[in-house]
Amino acid sequence: MAEKFDLQEREVWDGNYAASQAMRQAKVDVMAAYPITPSTPIVENYGAYVANGYVDGEFVMVESEHAAMSACVGASAAGGRVATATSSQGFALMVEVLYQASGMRLPIVLNVVNRALASPLNVRGDHADMYLGRDSGWIQMDAFNSQEAYDLALCAFKIGENHSVRLPVMVHQDGFITSHTAQNVYPLTDEAAYNFVGEIDPVDDMLDFSRPVTYGAQTEEDWHFEHKAKQHKALMDSVPVIEDVFAEFEKVSGRKYKRVESYMMEDAEVAIVALGTTVETSRVAALRMREQGIKAGVVAPRVFRPFPFDEIRDALENVKSVAVLDRSSPGGAMGAFYNEVSAALYTTENRPLVTNYIYGLGGRDFAVKDAMDIFADQKANADAGHITTDIQQFSGLRGPKLGFFKTKRG
Amino acid sequence: MQDLKLCAQDKRGIHELEAGKDLIGWDEVTQGSVLPSFEGDASNVAHLKQEERCYSDFNSYTATVASWRVKKPVFNIDVCIDCQNCWVWCPDTSIISRDKQMLGIDYDHCKGCEVCVEVCPTNPKSLLMFAEQEDLETALSQWPEKKKKEK
Repeated sequence: MAEKFDLQEREVWDGNYAASQAMRQAKVDVMAAYPITPSTPIVENYGAYVANGYVDGEFVMVESEHAAMSACVGASAAGGRVATATSSQGFALMVEVLYQASGMRLPIVLNVVNRALASPLNVRGDHADMYLGRDSGWIQMDAFNSQEAYDLALCAFKIGENHSVRLPVMVHQDGFITSHTAQNVYPLTDEAAYNFVGEIDPVDDMLDFSRPVTYGAQTEEDWHFEHKAKQHKALMDSVPVIEDVFAEFEKVSGRKYKRVESYMMEDAEVAIVALGTTVETSRVAALRMREQGIKAGVVAPRVFRPFPFDEIRDALENVKSVAVLDRSSPGGAMGAFYNEVSAALYTTENRPLVTNYIYGLGGRDFAVKDAMDIFADQKANADAGHITTDIQQFSGLRGPKLGFFKTKRG
Repeated sequence: MQDLKLCAQDKRGIHELEAGKDLIGWDEVTQGSVLPSFEGDASNVAHLKQEERCYSDFNSYTATVASWRVKKPVFNIDVCIDCQNCWVWCPDTSIISRDKQMLGIDYDHCKGCEVCVEVCPTNPKSLLMFAEQEDLETALSQWPEKKKKEK
């Protein structure tokens, strides 16, 4: 039996340590990992728990992230509770197997500490890796600080392993800004955490010798479409389970999570829509704008996949001008997040003005002042009744002003 | 001469692998395209012979791939020494052997790769390739004589 780990009511943990403690408390059967900056300490800390007798499960060191996720797929198909962690290039190497995991409906938990993708090589935080997982069929949840990285990691097991979901889950946190910043974290006791997560009840497990099954069947044009449609529906239908698990988590922790978090949106005229640590920066900026008499608010998807099309629309439909912030190089298009938010808002009566800001690539600092400037742009749009700037702009970029496309409205 | 359905239960090779009739919709396919191999409790299945197992419709046992083959191996029981070489080497488990006696070929699953013929050590060979349309009786009537040693 694993040794008992003494925890204080309040701990000072960075996001990596918080995630590693959640993995320990969930009593993961198999962790297969290949450490990479900035998520290395998740694996390193978990390795220390193993070495010091705090873990009963298996810890598998592998030769690459592709192998790490492959081992997770095998262990999960066998019927175990399985988790790992990665970032950036490691995430990119895992991508092939991410699709295998979701297609086989295996509830693996992946802690992703968001980091830019090379080239040029960069170890700092942006959302390029998170975006790379966008179409992979995983549930994606986003933590804005260390506490949330811990809380959401516990929720992830309970959501993914639910029999009406059976999908893998990523929990994202921002590289360095969350992963390496020590903050107050209020953990659950080991007993409370495990009681909340519960035991895994396997489905189609390969270690059930009375019912041998084939995983990884080949399906050509006569079957593939039906299987992918069923998988997509499972992801769309995971919404009530996610909401139930968040409600149960509130009961044991007092902390309330929603698929879309809204701040100061009750009377907001202008809004920033953002992900990750930028949400907290934007909240501070919104408060300062309100001191100047500008009704600013912030909207942030807690659950990025399944995309909260409905709740994004509800949160933003009465706003006049919205800025959607993409922390990933858009590669020849509007930001992906901008496109998704815009699609939701296009189906509203009011159709707010929506602009796109590319920012913070490779860990470029995004300060309160930057968010205030964006709010000021939105206020000008709201007053003019049309977009006064380029639709896509770049915040915090050196050199001549860069922007793309003008509005054809107004 | 071999029975074409040698040691086969009713379900062996009953459908063409790529036949596309009356396919079910997205709401009925299995979760994660996970396919059970047997009907019911299969705990003891390793100790049963193929013809005694309750294969599910998902199992390739119930599908025939005979149409993939252009040449077929024919088995001559009079020459065979039951060395089991062909059974060991066959990549499609299509050599039917019981109590270490070679009985014949599973023509629903043999793809005509000719490995069994290649590894057969007898003189003449106990397995030879014939055109797919050749009937077994004619094939056996054309069997070569033992090769004499050269002096």
